Amino acid sequence: MDTQAPRPDLPNPLPRPAGELELLQQVWRQPKGWRAISEVNNGLVGPLFVATALLFFMLAGVLALIIRAQLAFPGLTLVDAGTYNQLFTMHGTVMMFLFAVPAVEAVAITLLPALLGSRELPFPRLGAYAFLIYLIGGLCFYCSIFFGIAPDGGWFMYPPLTGKAYSPGVNTDMYLLGIGFIEISAIAGAIELIVGILRCRGPGMTLGRMPIYAWAILVFAGMVIFAFPAVIIASTLLELERAFDWPFFLPERGGDPMLWQHLFWFFGHPEVYVIFLPAAGMVSMIVPAMAGARLVGHSMVVVALVGTGFISFGLWVHHMYTTGIPPLSLSFFAAAGFAVSIPSGLQVFAWIATFASARQRIQFTTPALFILGFLFIFTLGGLTGVMVSVTPFDWQAHDTYFIVAHLHYVLVGGMVFPLFSAIYYWAPAVGQQLSERLGKIAFWLMFLGTNLTFFPMHISGFMGMPRRIYTYPGGFGLELWNLLSSIGAAMFAAGVAVVLVDAVLHFRFGRQDKQENTWNAGTMEWIAGPNYGMRSLPLVQDRYPLWHDPDLKRQVEAGGHYLPFAATGRRESLICSPAEATPQYVAFVAGPGWSHVVAAAGTAAFFLALAGSFVIPAAAAGVVALVAFITWVWNGTDVEPGTPERVDIGGGIVLPTHATGPITTSWWAMVCTMLVSGTAYACLIGTYLFLWLVNGDGMWPPPGQGLPVVEWGLAAFALYGAAALSLVVASATLGDGRGWTHRIALLAGLALLAAGFAADGWALWQGPIRPTLHAYGASAWGLFVWQATHVAIALLMGGYTLARSLAGKLGGQRRLSIDNTRLFWLYTAGQGAVGLVLLHGFPRLLP
Amino acid sequence: MTETPGRRRAPLGGMLAVLLGLALLAGCSGVQTPLDPMGDHAARIAVLTWVLFIGGSVIFVLVMGLLVFALIAPARVRQALGNRRFVVGGGIIFPVVTLVALLVYSLGVSRAVVLPGSDDPLRIEVIGRQYWWEVRYPDAGEGAVTANELHLPVGREVELLLSSGDVIHSLWIPNLHGKMDMIPGRVNRQRMRADRPGVMRGQCTEFCGLQHTLMAFWAVAEEPAEFEAWLARQREPVPPPSTPQQARGMQVFGEAGCGACHTVRGTDWQARLGPDLSRVGSRLSLAAGALDNHRGTLAGWVAGAQDIKPGNAMPAFGRALPGDDLLALAAWMESLR
Repeated sequence: MDTQAPRPDLPNPLPRPAGELELLQQVWRQPKGWRAISEVNNGLVGPLFVATALLFFMLAGVLALIIRAQLAFPGLTLVDAGTYNQLFTMHGTVMMFLFAVPAVEAVAITLLPALLGSRELPFPRLGAYAFLIYLIGGLCFYCSIFFGIAPDGGWFMYPPLTGKAYSPGVNTDMYLLGIGFIEISAIAGAIELIVGILRCRGPGMTLGRMPIYAWAILVFAGMVIFAFPAVIIASTLLELERAFDWPFFLPERGGDPMLWQHLFWFFGHPEVYVIFLPAAGMVSMIVPAMAGARLVGHSMVVVALVGTGFISFGLWVHHMYTTGIPPLSLSFFAAAGFAVSIPSGLQVFAWIATFASARQRIQFTTPALFILGFLFIFTLGGLTGVMVSVTPFDWQAHDTYFIVAHLHYVLVGGMVFPLFSAIYYWAPAVGQQLSERLGKIAFWLMFLGTNLTFFPMHISGFMGMPRRIYTYPGGFGLELWNLLSSIGAAMFAAGVAVVLVDAVLHFRFGRQDKQENTWNAGTMEWIAGPNYGMRSLPLVQDRYPLWHDPDLKRQVEAGGHYLPFAATGRRESLICSPAEATPQYVAFVAGPGWSHVVAAAGTAAFFLALAGSFVIPAAAAGVVALVAFITWVWNGTDVEPGTPERVDIGGGIVLPTHATGPITTSWWAMVCTMLVSGTAYACLIGTYLFLWLVNGDGMWPPPGQGLPVVEWGLAAFALYGAAALSLVVASATLGDGRGWTHRIALLAGLALLAAGFAADGWALWQGPIRPTLHAYGASAWGLFVWQATHVAIALLMGGYTLARSLAGKLGGQRRLSIDNTRLFWLYTAGQGAVGLVLLHGFPRLLP
Repeated sequence: MTETPGRRRAPLGGMLAVLLGLALLAGCSGVQTPLDPMGDHAARIAVLTWVLFIGGSVIFVLVMGLLVFALIAPARVRQALGNRRFVVGGGIIFPVVTLVALLVYSLGVSRAVVLPGSDDPLRIEVIGRQYWWEVRYPDAGEGAVTANELHLPVGREVELLLSSGDVIHSLWIPNLHGKMDMIPGRVNRQRMRADRPGVMRGQCTEFCGLQHTLMAFWAVAEEPAEFEAWLARQREPVPPPSTPQQARGMQVFGEAGCGACHTVRGTDWQARLGPDLSRVGSRLSLAAGALDNHRGTLAGWVAGAQDIKPGNAMPAFGRALPGDDLLALAAWMESLR
């Protein structure tokens, strides 16, 4: 940190011309009053997103308090068995899906633009949409508990208990559809974050200079992309079984309950790290600020984060040690479980080392206390985590209160404490500082409460107490431990209440014009102003820019660095190259609007109506959402005529205001979307092969069912190929968009894709293959349903592109719609081809 | 016993019955814990458990000690920790060495507790059902069937064949071994051996629906001779009623339609939907560990099954049966020993 190092001349001369700042402020001004709902800027959406997540934390916490009241003494009957089962299911489900994942995404959306030295993430409307469907859908989902229709099968919902025969009510559908679409929100957020981190970093912020928190979020978002499709597929299959009697999980018709467990835990285990890694990223930001020293072993911590992301996908069988899987296979997973503990341990040592390297002794501020509490609780939870990876130990501990203790130590320690530390740490960066006095009271209540609640559970588990029981007998030595747990829960709740009081008394939304660097941190979120983030975007030369150049704040606020103005008169963000962060173009980003609000309300209503089996309202809501989507993309996703072609952002850097092809952010987002779809499709292929393995060659196809008709399959193959080719031709012949070749090619593409799809389905039907008779047919048609969804979307996109062309909104520089449509078509055709090869080829290869 | 407990229809009464049952079962502690092993498998796992507990505690204290040191030691001393060497040593080398050692040791234990210890184990089929356990001894012939109670001979390895009749359950007798799931469409096998006689409690550990909580059972380890005698008794047809009241009870059993779900050996009642009742009077509990077993609870269970364990498959006969009949039925069932 040599502060005397020579600085490059500022790219934009000071002082700035009059009116420049005013225009910037006007462009980024927030709508006032009720119109604020239409705002998409992360400065408003981010904190609201965090607040909503905390609301769900408290709502789920209330359920836990009822649980703890019921278990305070043996034999209590505060709630009946059915209500109790809904309580623990909702507690787990809301905490995992409506609190933990959204909370870490919300913090990321709030902090990242400023932290990365950027104005805004690339798709603010998508971010706002993800927030709104979560808010509306989440609240409706939660309310199901007041009507006794909340899910009651435990948060991992094992069939056949959750099948139609044993759970005929709507409770399970609430889970499958409610959670299914909240996952969509999580995935939308993840795509926004990945593209944002890779493309919206400030100039000069190479991957090596990127703050550790952004690394954590990058790994987190990547894991969401690869893990969440598995649970979406699992939910879809179970819903297909419940609604249409397709036997995926019913052994009497070739299904297997274990299929659910594999799919669910392929999501469920990475989920734990999805929650923990962003929290670890926060800790890696707060610890250096508290110590006033750089993070020791930065690159090792980066490797640890990435490594955790990879290893966590090899661990799903951890939750299935007692299902009768052969011990040899289990030993592989035990070893993987040990391996994943190493990167977490490494980070603990990196934080201790950073504390140790502090120049002055650490001040025990509220954020620091929460970090220390985190280290205590998380280390203990990590050690019990190693224990439960040990196979024979887990055979005893599995599904007892020992596991309840372990998972709460890991999640409360590993995620809640860092989050509360982050709230106290970053509150001044997004609004106003909270009270140190109340914060410390809250910390001690929460810290002691956590340990008092969950430590005794290790003991009650080893005294033989299984999880998910609504009462327990006296005389087995369980009374004391349960009473202590209940007292601890009340204490923890009191701590959370103190934070709530603190927030109500002291927190005010909105960044201040003059930002204080409260903790003398080194990163750029501490110099961001209101709405537009930084007045000007500095060239990043260090991982801790504010420590590198203490004068940076003044220069940035004076507008001396890049892009100190609204170059095109609209909201805009600087897009840079992914590795070296070289500026590439100035992209406009969306401002306030209503279409995403309507789309969000429509989407939420669609899924909730479907959960209640109200088909017609669901269809109506679906149409509303669809119209809103089309309005959303029709207006303001492509360059408008009259925009200046190039702008000078300062320092002699002249950038285009528009780009096409693979360097655009929308291209990157489309690639991410295809990764999501591909992962989901891979899960379906896995389903098909798993069920074949369970049934054996002789039952594939089972008697009475046939192979798909190969002639129709070949026709479908050729038609998919021709459809893909048509789009390539349309894209290549677009030119200025006035000719007819691309329109005819588009039209031909639409017809060919539809025809290919019909041949694809007909080949199955003529087999004959029926979805309800056997898992063979169910899994084949399951693949087809996924393809059908894609074909429908591809047709919509093709029609949309054609409409754009006819409206004169396509051609020349304006080719985002055709570029994206082409990508998606190639994907859909490819997915169709893979499906054909599998369904036609695989069973014919069997002896 | 002139009062008929089955008349208590109020939910409160039912809940009181649950409470009573739970209290009665509370004979002693240590009957449902991995830390008081009754056999070799559980004993090996218990040693492993203590190794993990103690090792984990030592590491925890060590790490917290380093943290405190890093926070409060004099600057010059603590700054010695503030470098990559410390992170590599504590965060990579130490865990790799420890975990490799643990992996080798734990795989050894793992092997020891799953490898067959005998060529001739006693096979016992246990079928999990919402919310009770069907137990069959196939080596002893067709009739050797009981429910919610697992008898096993001391010193001889048993092989449990675990399956399910409806949803996923999990069988756990912590004093003997870890748990093993019962999955529809599959048969899981687990070996265990009791090394000393005793009574242990087991419980379902995979959430299986409304009354998952009240799905427990007793495991009874007996000396081989006692076990053989018990097994022989299970196979025999039930003796004829020895009192007029018992005879009336048997008649009520038929009239009320109990035989549509239950088996009583030596009679026409051979259904398998509910627990086999041939020796119900000799069992340690009723309703899968929910109630102690005597004439009062038998009558109470028949009358108020839906109050005691709402949502289980047994209908409540409290309104259908007059008090005398109920008591007669209970007297006859109590005599089935």
